[in-house]
Amino acid sequence: MNRPIVRIYVLVLVLFTTLIYFTSKWAVFDADELEGKTANRRPLIEEQEVPRGSITTSDGVLIAESRPEGGGAHPIYVRRYPQGSEFGNPVGYSFVSAGRIGIEESENDLLAGEENEFASIIDEIQNQTPEGADVTVTLDAQAQRLSEQLLQNAVASTAGSNGAGSVVAIEPDTGAVRVMASIPGYDPNVAKQPEDLSRLQQQGTESPLFNRPTQATYQPGSTMKIVTAAAALDSGEFTPDSTLSGRTGIEIGGVPLENAGGETFGEIDMDFGLTHSVNTYFAQVGEQLGSETMFEYMNRFGFDQDPELDFPDDQMQPSGVYSEGNLLDDGDAIDIGRVAIGQERLLVTPIQMAEVAAAIANGGELMKPTFLQEAKDPDGRTVEELDPDVQSDVVSSETASQLTEMMTHVTEEGTAAGLTVQGAAFAGKTGTAEVDVEQGINRPWFIGFAPAADPKIAVAVMLETCTGCFGGEVAGPIATQVMEDLLSG
Amino acid sequence: MSARNRELLALVPVAVLVTAGFAAVFIVHNNRADDLSGLSLTYGGYFLGLCLAAHVFLRFRLPYADPYLFPLCALLAAVGLVVLYRIDDKLALNQASVFVLGLVLFCLTIVFLRDYHVLERYRYLIATAGIVLLLGPYITRNETNGAYLSVDLGPITFQPSELAKICIVVFLASYLAEKREMLSVAARRVVGLTIPPLKHFGPLLVVWGAAMLMLVFIRDLGSSLMFFGAFLALLYVATGRFSYVLVGLAIFAIGAYAIGSSISHVHDRFEIWLDPFATGKNVPEGAGQIQQSLFAQADGGLFGTGLGESLLKLPGPFAPHCDQPFPDCGSILPAPHTDFIYAVITMELGLFGACGVVLIYALIAARGFKTAVMAPDGFSKLLAAGLTAIFALQAFVIIGGVTKVIPLTGVTLPFISYGGSSVVANMILLALLLLVSDRARRPRGERVDPVAPDVEGLTT
Repeated sequence: MNRPIVRIYVLVLVLFTTLIYFTSKWAVFDADELEGKTANRRPLIEEQEVPRGSITTSDGVLIAESRPEGGGAHPIYVRRYPQGSEFGNPVGYSFVSAGRIGIEESENDLLAGEENEFASIIDEIQNQTPEGADVTVTLDAQAQRLSEQLLQNAVASTAGSNGAGSVVAIEPDTGAVRVMASIPGYDPNVAKQPEDLSRLQQQGTESPLFNRPTQATYQPGSTMKIVTAAAALDSGEFTPDSTLSGRTGIEIGGVPLENAGGETFGEIDMDFGLTHSVNTYFAQVGEQLGSETMFEYMNRFGFDQDPELDFPDDQMQPSGVYSEGNLLDDGDAIDIGRVAIGQERLLVTPIQMAEVAAAIANGGELMKPTFLQEAKDPDGRTVEELDPDVQSDVVSSETASQLTEMMTHVTEEGTAAGLTVQGAAFAGKTGTAEVDVEQGINRPWFIGFAPAADPKIAVAVMLETCTGCFGGEVAGPIATQVMEDLLSG
Repeated sequence: MSARNRELLALVPVAVLVTAGFAAVFIVHNNRADDLSGLSLTYGGYFLGLCLAAHVFLRFRLPYADPYLFPLCALLAAVGLVVLYRIDDKLALNQASVFVLGLVLFCLTIVFLRDYHVLERYRYLIATAGIVLLLGPYITRNETNGAYLSVDLGPITFQPSELAKICIVVFLASYLAEKREMLSVAARRVVGLTIPPLKHFGPLLVVWGAAMLMLVFIRDLGSSLMFFGAFLALLYVATGRFSYVLVGLAIFAIGAYAIGSSISHVHDRFEIWLDPFATGKNVPEGAGQIQQSLFAQADGGLFGTGLGESLLKLPGPFAPHCDQPFPDCGSILPAPHTDFIYAVITMELGLFGACGVVLIYALIAARGFKTAVMAPDGFSKLLAAGLTAIFALQAFVIIGGVTKVIPLTGVTLPFISYGGSSVVANMILLALLLLVSDRARRPRGERVDPVAPDVEGLTT
């Protein structure tokens, strides 16, 4: 009778092994699939059980908070955005039905209080309720408001504007993003109702949910000449005094290139070429440097990859030379002379051009841009804070100071003559990309930093379209006022 | 080291588990500002006191019994108590009180059935009692989720199938011990199959019929699978003929299929089991239960969320209007303290915790079958094997239901689930196993208790 008993035990073991197999299937192997099932309300409820941390600007303005709803001992927490549309971009929203975008998504781990296992055990022993950390962002509410106001004024007062534009301001020595304005904007509170949100998404060309400073790519026009000049000087192949012909109509890539307004010059040096934004000068520089050197320096400035910003990947675009949506590199057939003056198939984001200005302002060292000023847990302990981090050494400090001097001439006597920051000249560069030559539709740009001697702030300003306008007259004044505001604050 | 000292040592992990588990739950709940009195921590101490009392009792009454069976069962009870404490501290208090009653019956069983062979004398009485117990819920028309599983006795609800399983096993063990010779030897062969004489096989057909009737009346596939499985195991042990098992399984499957397709409750359970995520018009009610069970397990992962850290009680706006207190209402996982307690364990203690629980059942089965192997006579062997088999099958049926290995049915997870009948019945089952074990392991020449005259004399 003993043998059957042993066999039955073996059968029991087989049955129990099946149980283990199925348990591991549900708990581990199929867990992700189960968590994604629409019938599964657990992630949705769990997410709302914990109060999410607040988001505040560096000047103390509350832009996102969680409010208990449903009352009782077990409420749920729902997001509210007291500032409405002013921070829709880049802060984004966080709602159960709509999901998360913007800073709400990129700082989610901090805001939701998702810490490591060890920290949560310590918290439990210390009688801590699990709660999200309050995040202070580097944005300056006053300058952000001013930027949006200036953009609105500009699109209202210029002919042929489509109503869209961007301002980005970065602290050169820390990478802190002080302003990221994108118009048209939207009120993130709207995203609470799925039908209202989908209406925003349907609005076609206006795309208010589109965070233009990081997501939209445009031809940079002459602001690109800063990158070209930096490559020329830092590679040692040019000095500010190197002379080339500034004649209009010089063949570049086999096709004659015109200067703006058909202006023509004789033998000019780089300082003059930049001050007066002479296309043919920099196109020749670009050709002489060649694709390899140009791409090398573009990469150092952060081109050809997503900005190293703490922001969702799907809301950032790399800057670079595009062909049918793909990035080209120095091995592809490219008219590098025209890339050097911001034409060809070169497309850039506003934040990338702000980083170009910031790198020169910081003596040639590009700091990683960031939104995170500080995160404090509910106890007031700092969990994380801004720790400036070098992204790349773009150019030598000597190159940077030569370039700063040339850029100062732009605002003293060049394409941006007359613009000042706090009554003084500063470093700047205008750009006017031609969107539609026949209709005269342009895309005005301005990048710069101030004060020239000891840069504290770098900006990039861009309006999507206007008719017969120029970077110096439309984008430049916005840049100076935003910089003045940030410098006085 | 003597058996009883080993037993005492094996109780140390139980103490550690109870202490750590209660402390962990207490800390988490207090942080959430849930009202949990410091007094509730004493339920753990209360339980450990009971374990120690049982151990002292065994030291005197059954000195040679298997040293690991009791600590392993105590370990399961400890896991159950900690998880119940996490679900609701009142459940833990009630459960700890039920353990007192269980322990009393455990001791009474050991005292009065010192010679368990007396059971053989009353086997038909016991069998009748078992059947009556099984049909009790049907007779009193007490329906739960479409099945007849419990009897209302004023303030307490009683699940008679828990006690019935012991009665049935005792009857089968006794009957087969006597008839095994005839069932296995005096047989005719028909088409390659060994068929025993109808005279002896008849009662066994009655058992099959009873299992089918259970399916019809109680409408519970799980418990009939459990009973019929134990029956087949005993038949196999008694006769050593695997062909009987095959035939038995086949006729059970045919019967189950026929009844399953005609009784809508059983049919629904099957449909849900085949596709718990089915959508459309004809989705049977109750699919949500198994869905929630799987979702809860998915939250567990390898190591679980930690005791008290998972989502169980629905927060304010999500909570339904409740007439009954939590966890009967307002829990995202239905019946977290009874049918789905294994899902709670997987969710909070992870795959590792769940494996641990299954491993304990496997170890108990190992000790139980070892007792059967060592037992000196046929009835003892069959009794130990049958009790162990039905215990292991019960664990398989409910864990299998919760993890979608088989259709879900409402049996309790032995020693872990909340519920008086289950605890009491399993304590009696454990007492019987220990009685068999004590006799089996008693050294030769040890004086036989005078109240237990020679075994064979009684049965014939």
